[in-house]
Amino acid sequence: MKNIVFIPANSPLTKASFEVVSYARNLGGTVTVLAAGKLPSQDLSVLGTYGADEVIVNRSLVANDDQQITMWLANYCKEANNIVFSHDFNGKAIAPRLSVKLKAGFISGAIALPENDGSIKVNVYSGKAFGFMKCNTTQKIISLLPNSVAPEMSGNACGVTEVEETFGEIKVKVLSVKKPEGSIPLPEAERVVSAGRGLKGPENWGMIEDLANALGAATACSRPVADIGWRPHHEHVGQTGVAIRPNLYIAVGISGAIQHLAGVNGSKVIVVINPDAEAPFFKAADYGVIGDAFEVVPKLIDAVKNFRAN
Amino acid sequence: MKILVCISKAPDTTSKIAFTEGNSRFDENGVQYIVNPYDEWYALVRALEIKEASSADITIVTVGNASDEAIMRKALAIGADEAVRIDAEPTDAYFVAKAIADFAQEKNFDLILTGKETINYNGSQIGGMVAEALDLPYISIASKLDVAGSSLTLEREIAGGVEVVQVNLPVVVSCAKGMAEQRIPNMRGIMAARTKPLQVIPPKNSDQLTSYVAFANPAAKSGVKLIDPSNMDELVSLLHNEAKVI
Ligand SMILES: Cc1cc2nc3c(=O)[nH]c(=O)nc-3n(C[C@H](O)[C@H](O)[C@H](O)COP(=O)(O)OP(=O)(O)OC[C@H]3O[C@@H](n4cnc5c(N)ncnc54)[C@H](O)[C@@H]3O)c2cc1C
Repeated sequence: MKNIVFIPANSPLTKASFEVVSYARNLGGTVTVLAAGKLPSQDLSVLGTYGADEVIVNRSLVANDDQQITMWLANYCKEANNIVFSHDFNGKAIAPRLSVKLKAGFISGAIALPENDGSIKVNVYSGKAFGFMKCNTTQKIISLLPNSVAPEMSGNACGVTEVEETFGEIKVKVLSVKKPEGSIPLPEAERVVSAGRGLKGPENWGMIEDLANALGAATACSRPVADIGWRPHHEHVGQTGVAIRPNLYIAVGISGAIQHLAGVNGSKVIVVINPDAEAPFFKAADYGVIGDAFEVVPKLIDAVKNFRAN
Repeated sequence: MKILVCISKAPDTTSKIAFTEGNSRFDENGVQYIVNPYDEWYALVRALEIKEASSADITIVTVGNASDEAIMRKALAIGADEAVRIDAEPTDAYFVAKAIADFAQEKNFDLILTGKETINYNGSQIGGMVAEALDLPYISIASKLDVAGSSLTLEREIAGGVEVVQVNLPVVVSCAKGMAEQRIPNMRGIMAARTKPLQVIPPKNSDQLTSYVAFANPAAKSGVKLIDPSNMDELVSLLHNEAKVI
């Protein structure tokens, strides 16, 4: 069995890259990582400890050139059985293209290793259900939802080969990049603190950020909060926002509407803080605090800080 | 400018998601279908705004059966000019994308818009597949789209940020939140939609690369453990010792 993994190497590696390499290793057979970007070879060799046999990095491409990268990958994938991506911004742009180019079935949004019958569990209906998908082709393309399958360590640092290959004109010109400062990308965050309309106004988000900082968590919000502009759109989670699967999701002042739950019910542990004991979110929660956020959250911040200090 | 907007149907967001026939099929019983929100709120409405600002001809396309014409009429009521239904069960992303690409190939659209994903399959596949099949550039998960002559400036999400890019038409774009605001069709739109052209054509290809063998619902939570609001040390201790998440 020959497995190929694509990872972006524009910036330091994240957990999502370790997850895909480890996933490919667990499929059995060899693992070749194809990377695009300027990240030093030394940093890439670490992928060996998650199961990569070798890394080939293309220094002439950046991970966002989906058309060029598809051509590059296609050359290397002719004999591959499985080609694995993270179901992130790069995977969503490149994997569908590669599926057409190779005419290989694409299983998008995998959340587990293959079942005994070879089918793969995926998230469908925005987290309200699972599907089990099969490919009718010998080559499979799989994109793995971040935070679904924990990365496992196996083996030592591996060799990295640098190549420079381009494929004609790049049609998409990058004018600039805006990075929100210091934030953890929401889909990859292991802990998320989220707040809704119950917070009454954007000026009250200080305590949400403080709680998130104390926990090393990312921040999120319900849809109406993003719609009225209290918080940026990229924080909107739910059926029509970002779907997330953190280990810990703390929902403050969110009622728990079906559309909100859809995007967050893959979270391993859910904590709900809401003064309304009838709020539907309590039915989906593991831990609940029936109380006013303005009293509870400052106490929780202190408790977390105390815990961290000891 | 000729714009193609790819429209899919999706179960209303309040629908109960259940399965029949040994968990092999989605149970449509009592389910109301809507236009997939990303296709309607962002892709279609942005196309209308472009049309209003300069001029454009907007075609919507759906791969589906006759019952999907209700959601197509809705898209026409919001303001699309004409509709094309490719008459087939949309069983697999590759099949759907090829059907759309085969249709678009002959029509020379300048701009092809899709939603960033459907809320039933969440695949985020169609846009990229159509782009590859037509050998066009693809801007995935765009939250802003501005037209200047034959060039587009877009913002798209990338890992941990937003990238501003420029590309020349023709191009395929998948549309996400931020691009436009939802519109409600008015009576005039609904009346006009009845007489707008809705053409039905067969697919050219029948290749299907993937299939769903079964579905399942997530296990229900076992019940919430309530913690006294004055005792947040207990919550932290439970999160550490019992849940092991901090
Ligand atoms: C097609 C469609 C798609 C949708 N998609 C999404 C989606 O993707 N994501 C999403 O989130 N929503 C979505 N919605 C909206 C969804 O139906 C709900 O309206 C929304 O989630 C409610 O947001 P909320 O919980 O912040 O506000 P509310 O429902 O207003 O709830 C506020 C909560 O705050 C509590 N509260 C009040 N005061 C306090 C206090 N002092 N301390 C603590 N709590 C307090 C209240 O008890 C209440 O439970 C969608 C709706 C539709 C129709």
